[in-house]
Amino acid sequence: MPIAPVRIRAYTLTTALGHGCASHTAALMQQRCGLRLSTRDELPVPAWIGEIPALDDVRLPPALTNFDCRNNRLAELALHGDGFFDAVNAARHQYGATRVGLFLGTSTSGVRHTEDRYRDHFERGTAGLAADLRFDSTHAYRSIADYCRQRLELHGPASVISTACSSGAKTFAAAHRALTAGLCDAAIVGGVDTLCITTLLGFHALGLLSPQPCTPWGLHRAGISIGEGAAFALLERGADRGDLALLGYGESSDAYHITTPHPDGAGAALAMRAALSSAGLAPAEIDYINLHGTGTPANDLSEDRAVFTVFGRDIAASATKGGTGHTLGAAGAVEAIVALLCIRDSLLPGTVNTVTLDPALTIKPLQISHTNQPLARVLSNSFGFAGNNCALIVGRV
Amino acid sequence: MLDVSILATGIVAPGLPDWSTARAVLRGDERYSAAAPLQVPPPLQLAPNERRRATLPTRLALAAASEATQALPELTNQLHTVFASADGDMHVVDQLCRAIYQQHTLPSPTVFQNSVHNAPAGYWSIAEQCQQPSSSLAAGDGSFAAGLLEAALQCHCTNQAVLLVAVDVPAPELLHPHRPLYCAFACAFLLSANPTAIHALAHLTLSLCPIERPPLSFTRLSNAALETMRLGNPAARSLPLFAALATEQMTSIQLPYWPDLLLDVQVQF
Repeated sequence: MPIAPVRIRAYTLTTALGHGCASHTAALMQQRCGLRLSTRDELPVPAWIGEIPALDDVRLPPALTNFDCRNNRLAELALHGDGFFDAVNAARHQYGATRVGLFLGTSTSGVRHTEDRYRDHFERGTAGLAADLRFDSTHAYRSIADYCRQRLELHGPASVISTACSSGAKTFAAAHRALTAGLCDAAIVGGVDTLCITTLLGFHALGLLSPQPCTPWGLHRAGISIGEGAAFALLERGADRGDLALLGYGESSDAYHITTPHPDGAGAALAMRAALSSAGLAPAEIDYINLHGTGTPANDLSEDRAVFTVFGRDIAASATKGGTGHTLGAAGAVEAIVALLCIRDSLLPGTVNTVTLDPALTIKPLQISHTNQPLARVLSNSFGFAGNNCALIVGRV
Repeated sequence: MLDVSILATGIVAPGLPDWSTARAVLRGDERYSAAAPLQVPPPLQLAPNERRRATLPTRLALAAASEATQALPELTNQLHTVFASADGDMHVVDQLCRAIYQQHTLPSPTVFQNSVHNAPAGYWSIAEQCQQPSSSLAAGDGSFAAGLLEAALQCHCTNQAVLLVAVDVPAPELLHPHRPLYCAFACAFLLSANPTAIHALAHLTLSLCPIERPPLSFTRLSNAALETMRLGNPAARSLPLFAALATEQMTSIQLPYWPDLLLDVQVQF
């Protein structure tokens, strides 16, 4: 069923590649890798991580210090990129604070903060988990929405979507529905996820954490590299010719396995087809696909089959997780903003770290970044554990 | 304002093992026993491997969902779903942290795969072979309201039936003082956008109401034990809606959503 495009009035992102859009465009053009080998004591396995060191020094406003944890610090830092804070203020004045919705994705919220309290309990003997756990404003899923809602002085509908690695993408779909139904006049969407020890070791235990920087679509790819990241966009109803807009979205479930994607990518193909259908577009009208491209053997194989099924072998595509790392619950939002940057800055990004493409895969992602490439419509894929899929299409109206 | 019809429902909580029991209790036809143990039917829809791996929130969610969809089995694999949970499975977080900081070992892969908030949704989709869109969301103690709102929005935008499932379970020992939930609770509502749906249990009109000044005026339950349950679990914030369905009286319910915003639900029959 076709949907009406909604204007993307402002957007920003912060990852290991930098703070704000300009640093990301530059990093994508230069094919910079933001990953480095972790030297954390708590991490007894080799892991390349996309860390944002500036988070250690971020301070929340005095009235909101009860929210202090790495995840909310990342939100605070990211909200100040690209004039996003001012754009939200303007939208709030225009529409009223109760008419601006907020839909954010995260996979682990402030669990990093909880991990430290467990460490202190078991290794330093604190009685129980220390009181500064502040569960509701750090650990709880709601924390990230609560923080941003208070920080941005919004009083509209809000929720946190947590569908693993598709969370950030699905916020665009949720906001589109809320705008369509008239529940709000503008909506903040996005995702925020920070590095957690449980996540790093959990992926390692599953055999999915790469001991080298991840190489999406690579011949000897060995898993993901995890990054932290945040991305935000401000959506509003209506879009004029030439505006950047959310043109379509598609969601589906694999109904196959909790951690392994469907081998033929059946669920992923469903999501991409649904996105095309909602945008009223044919596959040939998509200029570039930002792949989910995590770098695990099974994920890339499944996505390869799905993209080939829907788009054929000649579609321009690439994966950008070799630069940012896999930002998990934020990835869908981070890569939606990357897709917008590709259109705005006429950029086709290369697949960083991948030297030799896996000949068993049909889709041949771009390995080198290309500039001066006018793009009108980009599709971004995000697929999560428990078989949760979301494809977004952004472009010029 | 959003209009939506309830086609069927399901509930699993201590002393409220199914909708027919809950209806009798909420009508005052049966006494409520707060001491009754939680009975969770085994998730027979799942293959043995997945059944073994399914945690309490997943088993509760599947039980409630199964009750809400049993009258329309041919529809089940066509349903869009919304799963609402404030805190997911806090036992899983506890197990992961204990593995690392108490036992100094790697987390179990099975435990880790259950750590995603959308694990119950994933198991449900596998059990029902349903490839339709599924959202899992949270909004603290307003999670049920957030889920109901999202499910109604999906009904509105797709014209399809949507299954809403809400579940929360108490935290383990170390986390409990920081998030003291009282008991486990799961519920499910099969929703349709069709306002004239025959066999509908009730028709709802949802609207958001800014809370200008506390004190808040949420709908409470007259039975003290059930009111304790309502306040003790985010998913149990649905109980006033069950009470309205049980008594079949036209009414208006105020559900907590955010501290400055409540969800008003007009219930008609």
